[in-house]
Amino acid sequence: MTAYLDNSATTFLCEKAKKEMMNAINNYWGNPSSLHQAGIDADMLLRQSRSTVSRALKCDPDEIVFTSGGTEGNNLAVFGAAYAGRRKGNRVITTKIEHPSVLNAFRRLEEEGFDVTYIGTDSSGHLDMDALEAAVDEKTILISVMAVNNEVGTIQPIEQLKAVAKRKSSPALVHVDAVQAFGKLPLNPKKSGIDLMTVSSHKIHGPKGVGALFIKKGTKIRPVAVGGGQERDIRPGTEPMPAIAGFMGAVSELTVEKSLAEITALRDGFVEKLRNVEGVSINSPADALPYIVNLSLKGLRSETVLNLLSDMEIYVSSGSACAKGHKSHVLTAMGLKDDEIDSSLRVSLSRFTTEEELDYFIEGINRAFKVIMKR
Amino acid sequence: MKEVLLVKNGELALKGLNRSTFEDMLVKNIKRRLLASVGKFQFTKSQSTIIAEPLDEDADFEQAVETLKKVFGIAAFSRAAIAEKDFDSIKDVALEYLGDELRQVKTFKVNAKRSDKKFPMTSPEICREVGAHLLRNIKTLSVDVHNPDITVTVEVRDKNVFIHGNQIKGAGGMPVGSAGRVALLVSGGIDSPVAGWMMAKRGLQLNAIHFAAPPYTSKRAEMKVHDLVSIVAKYSGRVNFAVVNFTEIQETIKEKCPEELFTIIMRRLMMKIAIRIAQRDGCGALVTGESLGQVASQTLGAIACTDAVSDMPVFRPLIGMDKDEIITISRKIGAFETSILPYEDCCTVFTPKHPRTRPTLELIEKAESAVDFSEMIDRAVESTRFMFVD
Repeated sequence: MTAYLDNSATTFLCEKAKKEMMNAINNYWGNPSSLHQAGIDADMLLRQSRSTVSRALKCDPDEIVFTSGGTEGNNLAVFGAAYAGRRKGNRVITTKIEHPSVLNAFRRLEEEGFDVTYIGTDSSGHLDMDALEAAVDEKTILISVMAVNNEVGTIQPIEQLKAVAKRKSSPALVHVDAVQAFGKLPLNPKKSGIDLMTVSSHKIHGPKGVGALFIKKGTKIRPVAVGGGQERDIRPGTEPMPAIAGFMGAVSELTVEKSLAEITALRDGFVEKLRNVEGVSINSPADALPYIVNLSLKGLRSETVLNLLSDMEIYVSSGSACAKGHKSHVLTAMGLKDDEIDSSLRVSLSRFTTEEELDYFIEGINRAFKVIMKR
Repeated sequence: MKEVLLVKNGELALKGLNRSTFEDMLVKNIKRRLLASVGKFQFTKSQSTIIAEPLDEDADFEQAVETLKKVFGIAAFSRAAIAEKDFDSIKDVALEYLGDELRQVKTFKVNAKRSDKKFPMTSPEICREVGAHLLRNIKTLSVDVHNPDITVTVEVRDKNVFIHGNQIKGAGGMPVGSAGRVALLVSGGIDSPVAGWMMAKRGLQLNAIHFAAPPYTSKRAEMKVHDLVSIVAKYSGRVNFAVVNFTEIQETIKEKCPEELFTIIMRRLMMKIAIRIAQRDGCGALVTGESLGQVASQTLGAIACTDAVSDMPVFRPLIGMDKDEIITISRKIGAFETSILPYEDCCTVFTPKHPRTRPTLELIEKAESAVDFSEMIDRAVESTRFMFVD
């Protein structure tokens, strides 16, 4: 049996995504910008894709810009908002637990002379709202907070960010990295006072290499790349229709609320069983996104366990897959002890995950304790 | 918590005995537009307010608000929560419903309207108590009765109490359909969609007529016009869109008529065709996006020459507007970005280098008489393609 439980790293392609991709490859290979019929056909597919993605974010189609994925979306949002807002102020704010594609963008802004504040979290990974409130001022032009932390699944109060900015008379744009939340939590950026929101395709059973940035109507950002005018010149470059159509296919299959209820039940059962295994502690807070369960195995090194599980065809991550070999900055920020961090695993689910797979994982960690701890 | 939309109609109050007809038309328009974007709503009218209640509990109110902003005939509207007719319910609902919004601002005031005089508290009492409750629970808030960020309104009516925050400005104007039907001549530019929007605002239902000249104009250009019509339709409701094949006529003018009169003759022939289509489809007037003096064909003399072929009224709502005023509206209705996409349209294909700016009717008629256009006009009218644009 195989248990793929690393869905926050990436997911397999769902059938609908494959079908849409093949359709685009075979029938819509024209350049959407061309004037002729082959171009018009591709453009119609592009429009259809944009409209499907916009419905998932409850926004207008012209508020969606297709990108190459989460990293580009986050870079475009952070640099784009910082450079466009420079005249209004120099302060930009993010958190200590962001994905590297946000965190490293802010580090670069820091090198370029921006005044950067990194807000910490409490021991369950929730953003320190008092510290945020204190940091925001009239010169603050950007607040970037992830919707769901990719390592532990903590859900951040993203709908409160605009209120903080308004109270402090700050012109700040609010950016939310929603890569881990998209398709898993109901999102409504406009209603939540969010100006920019990054989403990605391959975390929701769509292809890699494509994502989207929500840009609220009227929001000015400075493009990072320059080119031939595609995506309203915010993200120029010929649109990769197979990837975009695959993204549309994946989005059209989402059943956010229904899946959330099912996964919550599945996760609750799973955590219950984990608690009966001696030496297991759960790092994810109880109110975390149920798709992510972070745990520590007392006395075991996560890398060893990962290898042992991999031999059993059980696939999970240690910390975040993007930070191989580094000590998790998220668990550190949450105040975990070194040995707890060293022994942490992230189990991440998708709507296709079954109870059998989770049971098999528990069998795997029991075996790890037996083999490595000789118990 | 149950939510409703409270719609205040605009000029309708002024229209005497016709008022209820207009109101019914507005309700019908709102109903149809909400059905297309959100779902089914049921409507009740009471004291110059139309109350729209969703049949589905999970109705998307954000979307409903966006939809209502684009319905002509609405002066203002609010998104309100329903409370029971007792004070505990009123204060709980006020805090729960408006709490998030109030936490984002600094100042507020409470405004109470009590149309049910049997309700045990007076309006000032309701204001005071609701205000106190909100202040106790939201520490960042203070009262400003003159210039509040948010006015919390409590409306005590016969059956329910409605609680809402700031009113949302409506699109104004008159309900579409209340003034009849017209045909808009639409190119791919900035002006004609704005002209259509302005006339729809005055209650006119729109047909649209577009002249295409393939292969000189591309399918892209036609798609662009289709998109522009669709943007106007977000306000006006469904538009009957007609595309006329104009190639033969354009080529003939180019070949047989003096170059400097090309544009003016072309516009006269467009007008003739448009009138035929408009009359057939029950339209009472034509609408164009002309603005005086903007281009050679829009001078006083040129307009006089085009008007001479028309036996129905031609509305030119932009006639006295500057380009930047037109662009402001174009941006407001979300058409500008599409309007400036660079495709050839049939007005620009054969444009003469030096068009005549002061043509006389005599001169034009003489030039035209060199060719018998009547059969070509018949062919153009017959070849017209129709589609509905929503």
